[in-house]
Amino acid sequence: MAIFARPRQALAIVGAVGLALSATACGTGSSNDSGNNNADSAECAPYEKYQGHSGKKVSIYSSIREIEADRLDESWKQFEECTGISVDHEGSGEFEAQLPVRADGGNAPDIAFIPQPGLIERFAERGQIKAASADTKAMAEQNYPADWLKYSTVGGTFYGAPLGSNVKSFVWYSPKMFQEKGWTVPTTWDEMIKLSDTIADSGTKPWCAGIESGEATGWPATDWIEDVMLRTQTPEVYDQWTTHEIPFNDPRVAEALDRAGTILKNEKYVNGGFGGVRSIATTAFQEAGVPITAGKCAMHRQASFYANQWPQGTRVAEDGDVFAFYFPAIDPARGKPVLGGGEFVVAFADRPEVQAVQTYLASGEHANSRAKIGDWVSANNKLDLANVSNPIDKLSVEILQDDSSVFRFDGSDLMPAAVGQGTFWKGMVDWINGRDTATVLQGIESSWK
Amino acid sequence: MNFDFADQAPKLMMLLWGLVAFAVVVGGLLFVLDAVPSFFARRREAQLVAASASGAPLPRRPKQREGFFALFFLMPTVLLLLIGLVVPAIRTTLLSFMDGSSQNWVGLDNYRWMFAEDAIVRVLLNTLVWVTLVPLAATAIGLIYAVLVDKARLEAVAKSLIFMPMAISFVGAAIIWRFVYAYRGEDQEQIGLLNQIVVSLGGEPRQWLLDSPLNTLLLIVIMVWIQAGFAMVVLSAAIKSIPADIVEAARLDGVSPWQMFWQITMPSIRPALIVVVVTISIATLKVFDIVRTTTNGNYDTSVIANEMYNQAFRYGQNGQGSALAVFLFVLVVPIVIFQIRNLRQQRREG
Repeated sequence: MAIFARPRQALAIVGAVGLALSATACGTGSSNDSGNNNADSAECAPYEKYQGHSGKKVSIYSSIREIEADRLDESWKQFEECTGISVDHEGSGEFEAQLPVRADGGNAPDIAFIPQPGLIERFAERGQIKAASADTKAMAEQNYPADWLKYSTVGGTFYGAPLGSNVKSFVWYSPKMFQEKGWTVPTTWDEMIKLSDTIADSGTKPWCAGIESGEATGWPATDWIEDVMLRTQTPEVYDQWTTHEIPFNDPRVAEALDRAGTILKNEKYVNGGFGGVRSIATTAFQEAGVPITAGKCAMHRQASFYANQWPQGTRVAEDGDVFAFYFPAIDPARGKPVLGGGEFVVAFADRPEVQAVQTYLASGEHANSRAKIGDWVSANNKLDLANVSNPIDKLSVEILQDDSSVFRFDGSDLMPAAVGQGTFWKGMVDWINGRDTATVLQGIESSWK
Repeated sequence: MNFDFADQAPKLMMLLWGLVAFAVVVGGLLFVLDAVPSFFARRREAQLVAASASGAPLPRRPKQREGFFALFFLMPTVLLLLIGLVVPAIRTTLLSFMDGSSQNWVGLDNYRWMFAEDAIVRVLLNTLVWVTLVPLAATAIGLIYAVLVDKARLEAVAKSLIFMPMAISFVGAAIIWRFVYAYRGEDQEQIGLLNQIVVSLGGEPRQWLLDSPLNTLLLIVIMVWIQAGFAMVVLSAAIKSIPADIVEAARLDGVSPWQMFWQITMPSIRPALIVVVVTISIATLKVFDIVRTTTNGNYDTSVIANEMYNQAFRYGQNGQGSALAVFLFVLVVPIVIFQIRNLRQQRREG
């Protein structure tokens, strides 16, 4: 094994490499706190309360990746320049699985954007996350509706403010197609069913759906059930359902499934462009609404973020190729139930600079800064509608800021992961695949302990 | 996508650091491996030269230093085994007696859960189906193929055809087969091979992966497709190493090909056969990638390894996940013991 013929020569090489290493280390170290020189300029005025942590680093971990992550980086750029805090964001496709591993291994990020209140609860119960500072709490209470804040409050302790949001109570359609055929956008459930029948009679399947989503297969169907549940029951019953105060196989839940089934499991209604009812199980959620653009299906219930899934060149606007209408209520007298989701800014460390970032992310400055970059929705009431350019985002923000809306968080994200991201998803897949409502609900109920 | 070097500088810097660190660690290891033995060799040489010059008897290499050497080279392996295998195995076993958050002891609850929950019993049954069918089918196909192509024309080509799937990762193979089973509506063009065949024969396209228990069998086909090549190569080599005189003697006695196979070939390749069956059995018990990629364990196709991952890493049920892991371990142990006993027996016979 004479890799190096002369050991002394090898030693010299190793030594040289070592020297080079330490040289680069100095190089990166000295360029660290240079961004703080314009801290007193006018545009830095809103960041005054976050000053005093120059040169400190805050790491953030989330499931946000690629262009969305770049936009986030850009949204807090000015904050970084003014305060000298460097915010280091890392997005991962394995976020939900990796975060507990990192937290258990003592390698937790300073801040995580957690989209599942159920997961926040798990970390809180294990004492791994830190309560939000008084500043953060005040900022959050000022900017977000109470409906939202309760989702990051565990046992009376508030852990962090919401960040981005999405509205799930949307039905996508083609304004062009509706206009050509003389259909009107339904405003009640009954109108929607009547319209579905009209469309079905005209030879087109009115609905298309798809719940395949890799390891998360099933989630779009759980959104359907939650949305219907919010419409057949009061928000209070919905809360009891997501907190297991009523069993999962309660007759009221079964009623919601059966009502959703009148659309999703109706061979007359689905699955436009893909086949029969069971093709819903294998259709990727990203592709599920696309037949609308080919006129093979008329309606597709999916969240606001589906705007990014349309084929290139599709114009998303009220008078464009596709747009969405509010998934109508069954009894309009009960107000406007809105199902949605979003992520929460939760901290694993309580260093002052981490708390400063947490407070800043709850502020109107950040919400508007991020919205200006594009494609973003937040329930932050400081968010100026003028900064939201995308029509569907505008509609979402309007719905979120509407006083008659009753907001509820995506139920499967509130349940324990074993149910909300496990048996509920799987149960929905089986349900679409032909299993009856009672058996499916019994199976989910028995997994919830 | 335009690529801006200035923008990517931090990432490139990180990459550079990684490369440098790699070079230092590997270079350092190689250097140590190179320098230490040659240092001792040179010293011994010097001793020998000194001894021969002075006319004294040659010094004997001290025995205990060899023991030290052995230990020195064993250390990394022992250490890695300890950190990577023994400690986690013990910890997993302990966790399997604790609850989901690994904080309270719950006794045998997790094991009771495993056999009480219908969905999990289904998982165990599926694994049983896998571990019975895959080794049998893969070995049988590999064996028949090996016998058939033995000494045939173009043997090498024929063998590489069936061996090729071995080179593909499980995930890759599963993706390929997901396309084979893919479904499109009747009025659309089929993109799946199987449905295209059905349609061109005048049938209706089917959702192959949705119907239990057929879907588990279809997934097993994927595993057999990959493993048959392995069985074929090992068994073919074993067939080739049957001593020519035995074969010739049998020929002279006028055996039929059938008798040749059962009386000569099979007994001669028995050790190789056992190795193949055991290896494939263990690989099958651990199967995860195929199920995860094709159906994600939906439609009643889940297996132990897949469920274990779900429980421990996605649902935060460390206890239940660990219990499944321990159960999987318990299933593998008898196979390993069987294999070791077989090896010992062979060594004694040999």
